[in-house]
Amino acid sequence: MSREPGARGAHLSRTGIADVWQAWQQHHRNSALDSFGRLAETPLQTLMTALVVAIALALPTTLLLALGNVQSLGERWESGPKMTVFLKLGAQDAAIAGLRDKLRQMPDVQEHEYISPAQALQSFQAQSGFSEALAALDTNPLPPTLVITPAPTAVDPVNLETLRQRIAADPLVDEVSLDMDWVRRLNAIMNLGKQLVLALALLLGAGVLLVIGNTIRLEIESRREEIVVVKLVGGTDGFVRRPFLYTGFWYGVFGGLLACLLVSTGVASLGGSVRNLAATYQDTFVLQGLGLAGCAALVGSCIGLGLLGAWLAVGRHLSAIEPR
Amino acid sequence: MIEFHNVSKRYPNGYEALTRVSLQVGEGEMVFLTGHSGAGKSTLMKLIMLMERPSQGQVVVGGRNLDRLRPNQIPFHRRQVGVVFQNHQLLFDRSVFDNVALPLQIAGVHPREIGRRVRASLDKVGLLDHERANPITLSGGEQQRVGIARAVVNKPPVLLADEPTGNLDPDLSSDIMKLFCEFNQVGVTVLIASHDWSLIRSVGARVLTLEQGQLTHDGALQ
Ligand SMILES: Nc1ncnc2c1ncn2[C@@H]1O[C@H](COP(=O)(O)OP(=O)(O)O)[C@@H](O)[C@H]1O
Ligand SMILES: [Mg+2]
Repeated sequence: MSREPGARGAHLSRTGIADVWQAWQQHHRNSALDSFGRLAETPLQTLMTALVVAIALALPTTLLLALGNVQSLGERWESGPKMTVFLKLGAQDAAIAGLRDKLRQMPDVQEHEYISPAQALQSFQAQSGFSEALAALDTNPLPPTLVITPAPTAVDPVNLETLRQRIAADPLVDEVSLDMDWVRRLNAIMNLGKQLVLALALLLGAGVLLVIGNTIRLEIESRREEIVVVKLVGGTDGFVRRPFLYTGFWYGVFGGLLACLLVSTGVASLGGSVRNLAATYQDTFVLQGLGLAGCAALVGSCIGLGLLGAWLAVGRHLSAIEPR
Repeated sequence: MIEFHNVSKRYPNGYEALTRVSLQVGEGEMVFLTGHSGAGKSTLMKLIMLMERPSQGQVVVGGRNLDRLRPNQIPFHRRQVGVVFQNHQLLFDRSVFDNVALPLQIAGVHPREIGRRVRASLDKVGLLDHERANPITLSGGEQQRVGIARAVVNKPPVLLADEPTGNLDPDLSSDIMKLFCEFNQVGVTVLIASHDWSLIRSVGARVLTLEQGQLTHDGALQ
């Protein structure tokens, strides 16, 4: 409430700042309780609205969680990029041993594995099903190969590129390829997915605003008389708005908590089968849920939407009720 | 306390409800506003309350030109003007007490103080033992008195009453008129729209007469 303009007149009643503050707090308490009471009077309707809000929020939240889980799964599978070094065909064993010694001394190389042309042919035959065709060849077309795991300190793109160039400069080396393409592709897909989910979340958030706004509009209609009287006896817009903002606030609280419940139930029901599936791959992957912070963020944004929806609805409809 | 300077009011539909009205009501005065139905009495009161804005001219209340009030000052202006409506505008979803307490809650009066002042106001209109009742259970005269209690509970310097006795029988009407006289005696400026001639005559106050939106008489009743 703002200051009382100093009107003249002998009978002005004086009200101190402290009183105004206490009354303001009291009105907040009363508005909050009163709004809660009104919602509790029509529990089914309140539950329906809160459920619509909850579903609209649970959907993008679940998708975001799923994306996060897939991404962390990808990181587990590919702990870091690998470098495949193809040596020249017919490189001498002694020269290869010399190169391997050099690799051992490079601090950016954590470890490396040598695959001889014979080993490569063997595993290619086993995996590709071309074993007969390959057996018909009289010379082995596969080059000797080194698979390098860069040190964790060298994993950023710039260091990796430097390392690649250093190795490629060796006369023995034919070609160096970096095996991080699929990680990069997965990340790109994940980012696209996140943007899509964000767009979906915006759409559904707008839907939540409309749902709450419309519910509050009906409430304003049904309390029209009261609003007119409050305005006639000098109620500020803030005073009129307050109970409706609290209605929006409560919808936000209920909707947010319900959304948490929906998402957590989903995660819990999937968690068991995911653990079993991971176990068959000798993995200990655990489905990541919302957590306390996630729940708080979800309820918080839901309350924000509730308040905003109420604010918009009240702003639009209060001026229409202005007694003039 | 209330000044109209050449005030005209034309409604959006083009109808001119008030034409170049000028008048002055002093502080602590009691004045009746009369005129046939549709003469513009309610319109004049709505201009004082800022329920309507004049199309022309200036309205000054308590030394403040209402033309210059910003929208966020309007609520504070309305707290200085108690209004009794013909249709009393009570809220039937709450008790008599809560109806009368509304202006105090809005003005930010301490909750403890509210109880005391609501009861004083209800005592004044003789309804102290009905504070817990729902106003819908009261008679027309009682409802009107609840409306009066609400209009004066915040001790506004100006009290407007738009045909406050319109629906009441003569005995109840004179009771209510007595109440207005009492408020006037403690210094409240009172403006009452009415065409109950016998009642106006019995009070013997100054009379303003409107005819088709024009002020045609100002003074004692002939
Ligand atoms: N909101 C409005 N829009 C258009 N015309 C109105 C409005 N309010 C009142 N009027 C007209 O203005 C004239 C004066 O009305 P009013 O001030 O209510 O008179 P009274 O109270 O003296 O009966 C009437 O003819 C009425 O029809
Ligand atoms: Mg009228």
